[in-house]
Amino acid sequence: MNPYRRSPAIILASSLVYLFLYAPIFVLILYSFNASRTNIIFAGFITNFEPRPTLQAGLVTASPCGPFHWFCELSHNREVMSAARNTLTIAVISTIVSTVIGTMAALALQRYEFKLKPFTQVSLYIPIVIPEIVMGIGILTLFSQLFGVLNEALKLQADSRLTLGLGTVIVSHIAFSIPFVTLIVQARLQGFDKSFEEAAMDLGANEWTTFRRVTFPMLLPGILSGCLLAFTLSLDDFVITFFTNGPGSTTLPIYLYGLLRRIITPQVNALSTVWIAIVFVAVLLIQQSQNRKV
Amino acid sequence: MLQKLRENRSSQGTLLALPTTFWMVALLVLPLLLTTVISFGKRSPDGEVIYTFTLNNYIRLAGFDPNCPPADGTCFNPLYLQILGRSLSLAFNTTVLVILMAYPLAYFIARSHPRKRNTYLFLVLIPLWTNFVIRVYAWMMLLRKEGVINNLLGLLAGWIGYDFKPLEMLYTQGAVLVGMVYEFLPFMILPIFTSLEKIDNSLYEAAADLGANPIRTFRRVTLPLSLPGVVAGTILVFIPVMGTFIVSDILGGRQVILVGNLIQRQFLDARDPTFGSAASLILMIMTLVVTYFYTRKFGFGEEIVAA
Repeated sequence: MNPYRRSPAIILASSLVYLFLYAPIFVLILYSFNASRTNIIFAGFITNFEPRPTLQAGLVTASPCGPFHWFCELSHNREVMSAARNTLTIAVISTIVSTVIGTMAALALQRYEFKLKPFTQVSLYIPIVIPEIVMGIGILTLFSQLFGVLNEALKLQADSRLTLGLGTVIVSHIAFSIPFVTLIVQARLQGFDKSFEEAAMDLGANEWTTFRRVTFPMLLPGILSGCLLAFTLSLDDFVITFFTNGPGSTTLPIYLYGLLRRIITPQVNALSTVWIAIVFVAVLLIQQSQNRKV
Repeated sequence: MLQKLRENRSSQGTLLALPTTFWMVALLVLPLLLTTVISFGKRSPDGEVIYTFTLNNYIRLAGFDPNCPPADGTCFNPLYLQILGRSLSLAFNTTVLVILMAYPLAYFIARSHPRKRNTYLFLVLIPLWTNFVIRVYAWMMLLRKEGVINNLLGLLAGWIGYDFKPLEMLYTQGAVLVGMVYEFLPFMILPIFTSLEKIDNSLYEAAADLGANPIRTFRRVTLPLSLPGVVAGTILVFIPVMGTFIVSDILGGRQVILVGNLIQRQFLDARDPTFGSAASLILMIMTLVVTYFYTRKFGFGEEIVAA
């Protein structure tokens, strides 16, 4: 009997679900090449290359970038570029910090006994079982109350007052990333053969050398996948950022959301297409690297 | 002192976990406590918080007006209760639909040839990692009055000579439901796949050898063994659906208001953080209660971490 046999009904149902998953994405990508500025109907591709964009009855008929007109516009859009910069800055910093301290906590929780251990362990599950918006408005309230008190107490002038901004977003992103890093590294530590470390100790390595030469290299895959997850969660985050960002710290998802509530040009689609392309390449690379390990 | 630290495992552990503990207290526990305190407070005319103890916010949520003259009891307004009920039923419907769609696909992937399995999984991961806002936008393009679906239908109707009026699909309950299903479908596929993949092929063979037909095999072998995946997926879908406000905001407009929208508006437009905090606390309690009873009945799947 062929173990991989599936009934036609299953195959049909799965194809339909795949169609459901991909039809919207295809439409999104198609419309990023739309000649129509209003982006309501797909008016065909822009086929002509000319040094200056030409408009005819709401249609872009020629552009220096040809079909990629909206992508060129996007790269000249200052707001998009600054939002992209913010998104990356936030993701890089919060990933580094959360990976380091999350890994430390994983070691502590798995290898040590201490009073606060049960509390720390339980607190890591909070972000999983609580809707993100509850966390978001909680953090917003905390910052606004804290900053209110501090601004008053320190009599800070208008330009040095504490406000929401990049700093608050980064601190909040670290908060929701830590649990994922810690839980992943902890899981890795659980399935650990302690005899390697004992052997190193028997051969005269001290604790630090053992950690550096044995424990850490064995943990590295876990740390890396935690790191990767933290990075993508930060890039992707909407809700927490929505409540903790301030002027000048707009990220791409927040910027996009703002656009959806105003006028939509194919630029929005171009931005989405670029994002999807990046996701595509990133997931492909991750899957390839994981396969090689196995 | 350093010497002492080197010998004391307990302080070493505390020190290692300290930054994490600090972060969890400062940005998870403290905000939750503050939300609780503020929900019993009052709003000042300029939108600031006055710390007192009053149940007014909760009375308002339950549909009664705290300023209602006690003589007539006509102040009851179930608006907020309706919002809570709508969110609950939407989360329930979304979860059921998502399970129905995710299960066949997860089964298909788990029973496919190992060499093709990664490609099929890859196809699930792409929509999962595509940004949430982008995915809502995609449905906005499809569902708009001048959107893709109406255009296609119009084209079809034109061929068969039928007089077609564009359907109003955006800004309806249905649009929000479709959007939610689309957003959270991958979160159900992955945990179900994980638990299905673990089932040993010999179990299917044994069932077949013992004379079970495919339906019986599914009911007695596949389904029970994949239940942990369904449970994990349900938690991963139900909780976020309860709190999401983007989908209803973009696809529901002002027509479909959920708890998430209610909370968001209290903080940004209405500027009443105390009422928003009360609503958010109720939301949290609702999700915790549902999750608690659900996991007590079915157990807390370890697949949740796998996803």
